[in-house]
Amino acid sequence: MIATLKLSARNLMRYQRRTWLTAGLITIGVLAMLLFVSAAGSFKNVMVGQITDSMLGHLQVHRKGYVASVDNLPLNLNIGAKMLERVKAELAAEPGIAATSVRLKLGAMFSNYTETTSIRLNGIDPQAEDATVPGLRTRISEGDKTGPLVTPGQLLIPELIAKGFKVKVGDTVVLVATNRDGSVNGKNFTVRGVLEQVTGPGGRDGYLHTDDARELLRMDDPETMEIAVRLSDLSRLDAVQASLANRLDKLLNKDGKPVLELHSWKQLSPFANIASMIDLMTLFIRIMLVAIVLVSVMNVMLMAVYERIREIGTLAAIGTPPRRILGLYVGEGLLLGLLGAAVGVALSLGVVALLNVYPLQFPFGRQVITLQPTLSLAEMITVAVLVVGMAVLASLQPAWRASRMDPIEALRHV
Amino acid sequence: MSLIEATAISRIYKTGDVEVAALRDVTLSIAAREFVAFVGPSGSGKSTLLNLVGCLDHPTSGTLSVMGTNVAGLGRSAAAAFRGEHLGFVFQEFNLVPVLSAYENVEYPLLMVRNWPPEKRRAQVMKMLAAVGMADQAHKRPDELSGGQKQRVAVARALVSEPQLVLADEPTANLDHDTAHKVIALMKQLRDEFGTTFVFSTHDAKIMEAAERILMLEDGRLVKEQRA
Repeated sequence: MIATLKLSARNLMRYQRRTWLTAGLITIGVLAMLLFVSAAGSFKNVMVGQITDSMLGHLQVHRKGYVASVDNLPLNLNIGAKMLERVKAELAAEPGIAATSVRLKLGAMFSNYTETTSIRLNGIDPQAEDATVPGLRTRISEGDKTGPLVTPGQLLIPELIAKGFKVKVGDTVVLVATNRDGSVNGKNFTVRGVLEQVTGPGGRDGYLHTDDARELLRMDDPETMEIAVRLSDLSRLDAVQASLANRLDKLLNKDGKPVLELHSWKQLSPFANIASMIDLMTLFIRIMLVAIVLVSVMNVMLMAVYERIREIGTLAAIGTPPRRILGLYVGEGLLLGLLGAAVGVALSLGVVALLNVYPLQFPFGRQVITLQPTLSLAEMITVAVLVVGMAVLASLQPAWRASRMDPIEALRHV
Repeated sequence: MSLIEATAISRIYKTGDVEVAALRDVTLSIAAREFVAFVGPSGSGKSTLLNLVGCLDHPTSGTLSVMGTNVAGLGRSAAAAFRGEHLGFVFQEFNLVPVLSAYENVEYPLLMVRNWPPEKRRAQVMKMLAAVGMADQAHKRPDELSGGQKQRVAVARALVSEPQLVLADEPTANLDHDTAHKVIALMKQLRDEFGTTFVFSTHDAKIMEAAERILMLEDGRLVKEQRA
């Protein structure tokens, strides 16, 4: 095996220019593939991190039907106090959950005493919210980023309202909300901070303390509309979701039907579709890489066989077994693939390191995304195995042809 | 015991519906250490006979035994293994690999069919190059060698794996007369030195005189046998 590979290497070195050109082509393919994967992965991670860490959490529990009508922020699809206790018990029993935050979601009228607009609000327990969506405080563009997210009487308002109403941190504003029974209630708040908006649902919401939300809604019992869940390991999202859904399905109403619904961030945010598109584009890039490797290696190997027909005849005549001739040519394809993959991976690591020293920034909507691409070992191995596998596959047909050549015909070849 | 034993072997090629008999009912016997020439004009069947003896082709009928093995029934891989183990080949066109040096060309069969340690391999290659008078040209590539030198390297390559039988198809056809004689003389000398049986084909009357035994072919038939 090693002797055959040595001979294959020597054969490749006979036509150095062609070998380097082919390996170079594979290298460019690997480089393009890995850079795309790392940049797209970085963009995905930034966006997913932003969406889940500063807004949605990884999973959300609602009463059945709430998500379908979330645009209206209904007050009659709450999770009641007793059910909430049972849900909390199930969440506590589920391994893989790092934190949960119980939210009261409501719509209200926002007024700076001269103008009024509508606002979507989340009543939160600041500590629980901080633990569940730790990125929320990083969105505070004006105001103190440290300390509790909100205390009773304080309000975090979205940037759009702050700018539109020229409201600053420390200003007093009024919130007026209609409760479930149709009665209206109002309360003064001090603006504690302004939140940068992010893409997706909830990206333009304001935040207030849960006690204030209950007061506004004249809610006596600790009910909730939404429980945001943070996982210890996001890569286990599907497994934890399945397990938790199983647990929650056991919580039934009086009619014996499940009361709750569980959604992952992917089901709640439209960015999941963009992420899927990125994955699809990655697949297309992979297919292009496969095509590059297949065409270039097969071309070179066919040429190598054609140019060396007499030599193949000589090899066969002196007693080289057909499988050895096959191995010789497959070995050339293998080495070309290995060379291209190794140089491509090494160059990709270099470029990725450079991009981390000099990160790329580009605007995405109202945000500026900073790309800090990384390459996982698994991705590098996958691409290398794909390239080497394709190179071997591409050399199989020419190698098979060489090994099956009639020595007499081959020796006669001019 | 005969090294090569052929009984009524024929080789018929089919091209569409047309059958061409390249060899017809040839019966012969060649002993070990013989220095034999197959002679005859073009199309007489010399190369076909060499190909059959060299296990590169199979007879259509008849029996053919080389070194006691019925080579007519060998499959592709078994025939290759047999060639690697017992036979050496010298070709009219030398068939040296152009990008390899003389040393590397001679070493090539050892890398392919022998699993020898590097030191033994190197010693054997240099021994053979010395035997053909090419030790000092070992580093040269084929395009830096004359026709005679190329064929010497080719002879060294044929002998390097220590075969019992070397088959040479028109080994002097591309050489001038003087060089051709030297190559034949060299082959004879190597036969004496290593005890290898040499069978070569030629259509050159002067070259065939160097053989100890001449088997004359015509239209695929063995028509005459002559000993020196």
